[in-house]
Amino acid sequence: MKAVVDATKCNAYGTCAEICPSVFTLDEWGYAAVAGDGTVPADAVESARAAVADCPEKAITLTAA
Amino acid sequence: MTIAPPHHPVRTALPRAAAHPAITPRLVVPGSEDAALDLAAERALGTYDNSAHAADPAAFPDVLEAAGLRGRGGAGFPAHIKWRGVAAGAGPRVVVANGEEGEPASYKDRWLLTHRPHLVLDGLLLAARGVGADRAIVYLSHPETADAVRTAIAELGPTVPAPEVHTVAPTYVAGEESAVCRSINGGPALPTAKPPRPYESGVDGRPTLISNVETLAHAAWISRHGAAAYRAEGTAVSAGTTLVTLGGACARPGVYEVPLGRTVGELFAEVAGGLDAGVHGFLMGGWFAGLAGAEHTATVLCHDELRAAGSGLGCGAITALGADDDPLRVAADIAAWYADESAAQCGVCLNGTKAIRDTFARLAAGDGADGDVAKLARWGQTLPGRGACSFLDGAAALARTAVAYGGPVTTV
Repeated sequence: MKAVVDATKCNAYGTCAEICPSVFTLDEWGYAAVAGDGTVPADAVESARAAVADCPEKAITLTAA
Repeated sequence: MTIAPPHHPVRTALPRAAAHPAITPRLVVPGSEDAALDLAAERALGTYDNSAHAADPAAFPDVLEAAGLRGRGGAGFPAHIKWRGVAAGAGPRVVVANGEEGEPASYKDRWLLTHRPHLVLDGLLLAARGVGADRAIVYLSHPETADAVRTAIAELGPTVPAPEVHTVAPTYVAGEESAVCRSINGGPALPTAKPPRPYESGVDGRPTLISNVETLAHAAWISRHGAAAYRAEGTAVSAGTTLVTLGGACARPGVYEVPLGRTVGELFAEVAGGLDAGVHGFLMGGWFAGLAGAEHTATVLCHDELRAAGSGLGCGAITALGADDDPLRVAADIAAWYADESAAQCGVCLNGTKAIRDTFARLAAGDGADGDVAKLARWGQTLPGRGACSFLDGAAALARTAVAYGGPVTTV
């Protein structure tokens, strides 16, 4: 599973990095990006799903790849 | 001043074109240097004769692979992989010739479209047959290119599919692939997040091949002359000839067709009348690969070698920086252009380009703060890949290469 952040939608709420810090990182202005290639470790799947659900801008998607 | 003022990045004066004296020209053929070739002149050269591939147009990507054709829009991606990727999706598909030359220092696509529009259309129709497309679109921004292409389409008469012309206002991001699709689909010419990529879902939601106009012109040439002839010029990994825009501190700025594999210094000497005395470096990739020091005079014009040397070929525009060009002032001007030109869709791009602009402005004014150079170096490493398109990567490359340029940048 991979996470993708739509950089055009992210509005720097930072919720994702709070919920799932192993997948989401914030830059110095607070905007999110995925760590590495966005691969979600097995033990972070639940929190990654929570990050998707809680993103106020609906900027995150999870893909099968 | 050897670069365009940052707030007027689109220049209108088109330089004359010429071919390198050691090659048999493929694009800048005799008679086309400063005049458009009409249909009769093009037919005499064989343009629109793709009879060798008429029986099995879908096999043409094999020929492109043997030729080693790489994209001429900036990324240097192998053409055959792109064609096959689109052909593998569900049809009917769409092909787009991208002539929205957004790089401020590049003129080569404008030269090609206004002097050899038929060769571009030939390549576009070849691509339509090759990937099974029922729409073929020429995507343009400069009025003179739209006039030239419309005139050529009218002169050519009916074809299947009939080429369409789509025009947009000239900006850098308008030429980015997802922006191309968004604009043709009726939206603004602004990038979207990936995935999906255009080869998966582009124009009308269908698999879409977006190819730089020069890449299509080379494909058309290859269809008549073959892969081996194409490889007679260039290197193993960067085959053939390419159009470059050489400018700045040299005797004869212009658009030139050159063999890949020459060094930067050789090119300026062999076609542009030589570099001026006191040249201390270059702007690479029409500015998207940033600054490159004088040591790059010896770097070979090849996608892989330039990348390995920390620079890039991009769209093939190289501007020589002369004795009067303060590299810090140049970097500050270009950083200001990035901040102005950002589509401001992504927070990281809006903030990142502004931060790079402000930092260079402080340094250029002799008012740099402790840590400014370290910040530029850090942004050069951390910002690439964070925006929805690669625009921010260009600003990051400017920051990274300006620090590596040394001298006045790092000693403030």
